[in-house]
Amino acid sequence: MAAVTLVYFAWVREAIGRDEERVDLVSPDETIGELVTRLAARGGGYAEALADPDRLRAALDQQFVGFDQAIGTARELALFPPVTGG
Amino acid sequence: MKRIAIQTDDFDISAELAALEALGGGGVASFTGIVRGEDGLVALELEHYPAMTQIQVERIAQEAMARWPLIGLSIIHRHGRLIPGERIVFVGTASRHRGAALESCAFLIDWLKSRAPFWKKAHYADGAGNWVASRAEDEAKAQDWDR
Repeated sequence: MAAVTLVYFAWVREAIGRDEERVDLVSPDETIGELVTRLAARGGGYAEALADPDRLRAALDQQFVGFDQAIGTARELALFPPVTGG
Repeated sequence: MKRIAIQTDDFDISAELAALEALGGGGVASFTGIVRGEDGLVALELEHYPAMTQIQVERIAQEAMARWPLIGLSIIHRHGRLIPGERIVFVGTASRHRGAALESCAFLIDWLKSRAPFWKKAHYADGAGNWVASRAEDEAKAQDWDR
């Protein structure tokens, strides 16, 4: 089964209570948005962090992508708030 | 010359500027971002995505070099815990033309703010800590460079 390593940053990481985990995909066609919805359904900190996708951004294998992107064979999916560097 | 450094340590601005000046282009521009101590802020904690930061800042630097005739570019971005008055970020550009140096410097800091994977958490004297929210005008400034 296809799987991806999830990495979390900032308040997403704090709400979920871990900085990374391995998650099985329903299929390689599963999109980031679909996976985020599935994770939010776990409730608790996952719901707190992921229930509102508009507050989140994603990077697939270190490249910013939209939530309609299929995860495919990517190794790492990062979920985080909009960046605030500089 | 292209220098990119993602680090916890402070840096020597004089040395960074001197390296750009020594390229002989005739024009050097720079921007330094410093932690503001307003509203009782005691520290700013900068988290980043180590596997992506270097790659992404490299992409931003390449974009600047594609848009302007630069002979030198330096980007230093710190992470970790910083107190008011400490430097966070430095951008320096060198060119034969002042317009290219000034514009590319503004472009680089705008894009770093909204396209580099850093997150700031503000810590206050009463122990409270909150993640700094992104500002719509920062994203708008970054997008202005695409018009």
